[in-house]
Amino acid sequence: MSAYEVSIISIVGINVILAVSLNMISGFCGQVSLGHGAFFGAGAYAAALAMVATASVPLALVAALVTGSLLGIIVGFASLRVRSDFLAVTTIGVNFLFTGFVRKQAWLGGEMGISGIPPTGLGAAGNMIMILLFAAATIAFSFYVSRSWMGFAFRAVGEDEGAAATLGINAGAYKLAAFGIGTALAGLAGGLYTFFTQFITADAFDFIFSVMLMAMVVIGGIGSTSGVVFAAIGLTLLPEAIRFVNNYRLLVYGGLLVLVIRLAPGGFAAIARSLVIRVRGT
Amino acid sequence: MYYIDLAVTGISIGCMYAVMSVGLTLVYGLLRILHVAHAAVFALGAYVTVLVADASGSIALGFLASIAVTPLFGMAIYRLLYEPLLKYRPDVPMIASVGLLVLMQDAFRIVFGEQGVTFHRNAFSFTTFNFAGITVSAIQIAIVVTAVVVFTGLHLFTTRTRIGVGWRATVSKPQIAASFGVDPIKVRYLNFAIGSALAAVAGGQVALLNNLVDPTIGFVVSYKALAIIVLGGLGSVRGTLVASLVLGLVESYGTIFVGAWLDRDAIAFLALILLLMIRPQGFTGAGTA
Repeated sequence: MSAYEVSIISIVGINVILAVSLNMISGFCGQVSLGHGAFFGAGAYAAALAMVATASVPLALVAALVTGSLLGIIVGFASLRVRSDFLAVTTIGVNFLFTGFVRKQAWLGGEMGISGIPPTGLGAAGNMIMILLFAAATIAFSFYVSRSWMGFAFRAVGEDEGAAATLGINAGAYKLAAFGIGTALAGLAGGLYTFFTQFITADAFDFIFSVMLMAMVVIGGIGSTSGVVFAAIGLTLLPEAIRFVNNYRLLVYGGLLVLVIRLAPGGFAAIARSLVIRVRGT
Repeated sequence: MYYIDLAVTGISIGCMYAVMSVGLTLVYGLLRILHVAHAAVFALGAYVTVLVADASGSIALGFLASIAVTPLFGMAIYRLLYEPLLKYRPDVPMIASVGLLVLMQDAFRIVFGEQGVTFHRNAFSFTTFNFAGITVSAIQIAIVVTAVVVFTGLHLFTTRTRIGVGWRATVSKPQIAASFGVDPIKVRYLNFAIGSALAAVAGGQVALLNNLVDPTIGFVVSYKALAIIVLGGLGSVRGTLVASLVLGLVESYGTIFVGAWLDRDAIAFLALILLLMIRPQGFTGAGTA
């Protein structure tokens, strides 16, 4: 396997974790977040600081996970206060605030970012395997959550908070849980990203990146784990496979996002489902 | 004197924000949609102003052209994107709007280039006046005058003319207005047309101010405009004006007081988040979040 293939597969794995975790917040629980990049970035910076200080991989991963989740739960409190579209605005704000804050902090490397992060000692291929294992675990966890009582409660809250409350579901607690879990995984992805690049700047976690993650979720089919996984893989590989797409990446992502919402709000998962039904003739 | 210079900058930037954001406020008031793609209209207005001004040699013609083109674009956004999405939750049209903005931004980059376009002749931005030691540029004066004219005009239009009164009636009680013969669909088009034309004016003025239009021109401003309309109490035109001026001044002074630990562009969002958490209904209490 060439170094190029190893790096592409690593990025695919990271994006899968990010998209699946965003889908838990926005898909399962209906809390639209356009600031997922901030939690990803918080995890990446936490892991970078931990690696520079201790060079311990498990410690860095724990730091990434906890930092992402803590920030996520704080932002999650916003979801208790405001309506869905204003939550989206708040999360956009969180993303700009995160990059705006990090760029000015000398202890976070400012504009220059953090470089010279010690390697994990696993090599590029080892890192890739670790990323893929975490991605597989995230996907399995997402399927598990979706079938559990918690997944049911998430969907109930996402569909209709008032109705969920009459079933005795504490909507606020479940929203916080969705944010806590989803952003912990985003933080974890940030840690893995730090291991992968060994060099991070705030630019990698900007709002545009968050929009691209949301595009993966919506295009795959919001709420569908398998749809989101396929979209994350497809949309990450597309710019690599087609030169045109690489130059016009945002045009393609934005265009697909608009087209899917407008023509097939259920995303590719819903299209696939209706095709299966048509083929079976039921 | 330094502090007064900052105030001049803050007020002129605030006036630009106000003219830019009022379209967003109007759309929110009528349809409860956060029209993020308004920034694409703003950017289109800036591009058209520069390109027509360069081609014809007249900056005034550039502004006229952009005021003619952008309402069509704004109405097309409503017809093709928002109208079919009105039946969904409000975050659905908003995400579509973000998608459209990202798409348009890349389209501007592809069509007009990464470096952007500039005025060939822009005597405006180099003309300055000196009032007792305070330097004010011609374009800053123009921005403030524009804001005064726009807001006075909007006030007169919505209180003194039949169309304006019908518009206001539709915003507050659409069904009753419709039963009095006001066509709600026409009101929506009017809304997008006026908001877009104003965004184009603001876009052209920013182009004059920076003497540059690049693909990212609408980007940060767009999200700031979201912050402004929330701070202004959602759907309130007066609130938008106040919030814009406050933000312009806070940013202007903020760069010297908090600039060491926070990016200038992040200040608006800090204010936005704090306000949403403390008072989800905005400054003025009108509307709900």
